[in-house]
Amino acid sequence: MSRAANEATEQGLVQILTPEGQRLPNQMYDAYLGDVDDDMLRGFYRDMALTRRFDQEATALQRQGQLCLWVPLRGQEAAQIGSGRATRPSDYIFPTYREHGVALTRNVSFSEMLRLFRGISGGGWDPRENNFHMYTMVLAAQMPHASGYGMAINLDQHGWDEAKRAAEGDAVVAYFGDGSSTEGETHEAMVFANSFNAPVVFFCQNNQWAISVPFDVQSKVDLVHRAAGYGMPGIQVDGNDVLAVLAATRWALEHARSGKGPVLIEAMTYRLGAHTTADDPTKYRMSEDELAWAPKDPLIRLETYLRENKIVDEAFFTQLATDGDEMAAKVRKDAMAFPVPPLAKSFEQVYAEAHPLIQEELAWHLEYEAGFADESGAGEK
Amino acid sequence: MNQARGRSKLTTTMTLAKAITTGLDKILESNDRAILMGEDIGRLGGVYRITDGLIDKYGAHRVIDSPLGEAGIVGGAVGMALRGISPLVEIQFDGFVFPAFSQITTQLAKMHARSEGRLTVPVVIRIPYGGGIGSIEHHSESPEALFVHTAGLRVITPSNAHDAYWMIQQAAACQDPVIYLEPKRRYWLKGEVDTETPALDAFKAQVVRPGDDATIVAYGPLVPIALAAAEAAREDGRSVEVIDLRSLSPIDFDTITESVQKTGRLIVTHEAPTFGGIGGEIAARITERAFLSLEAPVLRVGGFHMPYPISKVESQYLPDIDKLLEALDRSFAY
Repeated sequence: MSRAANEATEQGLVQILTPEGQRLPNQMYDAYLGDVDDDMLRGFYRDMALTRRFDQEATALQRQGQLCLWVPLRGQEAAQIGSGRATRPSDYIFPTYREHGVALTRNVSFSEMLRLFRGISGGGWDPRENNFHMYTMVLAAQMPHASGYGMAINLDQHGWDEAKRAAEGDAVVAYFGDGSSTEGETHEAMVFANSFNAPVVFFCQNNQWAISVPFDVQSKVDLVHRAAGYGMPGIQVDGNDVLAVLAATRWALEHARSGKGPVLIEAMTYRLGAHTTADDPTKYRMSEDELAWAPKDPLIRLETYLRENKIVDEAFFTQLATDGDEMAAKVRKDAMAFPVPPLAKSFEQVYAEAHPLIQEELAWHLEYEAGFADESGAGEK
Repeated sequence: MNQARGRSKLTTTMTLAKAITTGLDKILESNDRAILMGEDIGRLGGVYRITDGLIDKYGAHRVIDSPLGEAGIVGGAVGMALRGISPLVEIQFDGFVFPAFSQITTQLAKMHARSEGRLTVPVVIRIPYGGGIGSIEHHSESPEALFVHTAGLRVITPSNAHDAYWMIQQAAACQDPVIYLEPKRRYWLKGEVDTETPALDAFKAQVVRPGDDATIVAYGPLVPIALAAAEAAREDGRSVEVIDLRSLSPIDFDTITESVQKTGRLIVTHEAPTFGGIGGEIAARITERAFLSLEAPVLRVGGFHMPYPISKVESQYLPDIDKLLEALDRSFAY
């Protein structure tokens, strides 16, 4: 590894904003925050607050029986907004199923995202529009996709020098968690990306819990240490600090994009809520644990910083609350109005090219269903 | 390559293995977005030398020696396809595909459907399959039913050099993921390859020997055995039609139905275990489609319900000419 890569690895936990809202100088990463002005800071807070409001609305929709399932992210907003805002539109993102905040940074419609959870789509949004892939439910299955996508970038950029790559090249961000860090595909993905110098940033949100199993069952050492074993730089960052995450991800993307190979980021955070709406954290963790993490809330520390430095006034928060409620109302309205596609539509989507079995079964299905239509039609007359 | 005497200049005699190599060469030559990836496929040319020489011609960035990791290979291919690359990957042996099984069934097969038809992942997975080569465990399996049962995949298998040459190219051109099963004990079977005549649709079956009294459906490594059984049956005065299935998903039931309507008797044979196999699906469908034409129940000649046996006794496990003749006897006895 280069000197810069070693320096990144040896930084220890990167923190720019303390839980008390104090900004710390950082010799290495301040250079990656040079453009962060008051507007951007307000923007980051807005992103995080809207993400949290969306999460709250979706949770409510599930509780009201309008979604099959919801995957809350409360507590992980800074890790997602900071990393998502570090990407370029041409970069490709492979999320898990909890990256609602990253989705916001990629301009994916919150409403569209609910189609998956409402049971009317297997994906929900068009990944090609925002280079934000569909959610992946099978743990770590997206990881080798990210490495393969990165290898394809190298194929497309075959013969480019470092400067051209840095300026015009693409990169990939693969999101995963402490839970999926143990899956074999995570390992294979890291091997492949390193073997072929694929421009991939492996971004782990270590939220301490894999549903009910605590982190120390997944690993006896912090995940950042694994990076060295694969031969890539590893950065451990305070995942509840939006500025530290932004700076670290910018560094990692620059490193990967310019052809120096992949990077592992371990963002230390905490899932303040349940794993999903089907989960009950009271069965496996003490509320003291949650209480200990509550003051480290990513929104609180940025709010403190913004208020103490007079970057915002009260009207900012009032307006944001109003905007959040309007967004939530729209998302709710959109979700309830989504049409349910007929099963016949699913037949068309199994194969890209014509397939005789699909045609045969579709014809049977339509004929069978038409029989009921006749009966109901007769009843209406 | 020798040109067959008295044939078109474009007809060449080659082994089935060489036909696949030539087909892959054609794919890489005509599509610069196509790549090959697998274990030992570069410098070595693959354990069966199917990719021999291609790394020298197209470079290590297009003929990729991957780390050992089947999930990484198939998952990586999915990621490449999402960026518009056309990957053809090699799984070294049938019994080694299972570390990639999750990627194939939960990711590759479903990507098109999950994205509501927006994304296509035209990945080709080449797998040498089948037994009869006297090898150790995990080197002789026939896992095709597992892939056939998975919607979203297409599964094809050539039985001769001509089909091997064309079908690999058709697989590469297909927008759906294709499992391309290579009958490894027929790799050295020579045949004439007509590189000019447009290929038969890769997803259609082919009558390879016409007959009137019974039909044998076979595919991949068992097609030559079915043909030999039909020839032996002729000595008993029985005219047996042989169909090379070629495509296992979809299955060309029209060609089988037409044949059975003529012959009234059907035997399906494969090396894979009979229970839960493709033969059962064919038996059920043909019973529905041609019930009144059948003179006897559809019979299956396949492997037993056991892990693929030790090689010293595999000849007792595998369908052969005698087992097919015995099945014909049972069919005619009805």
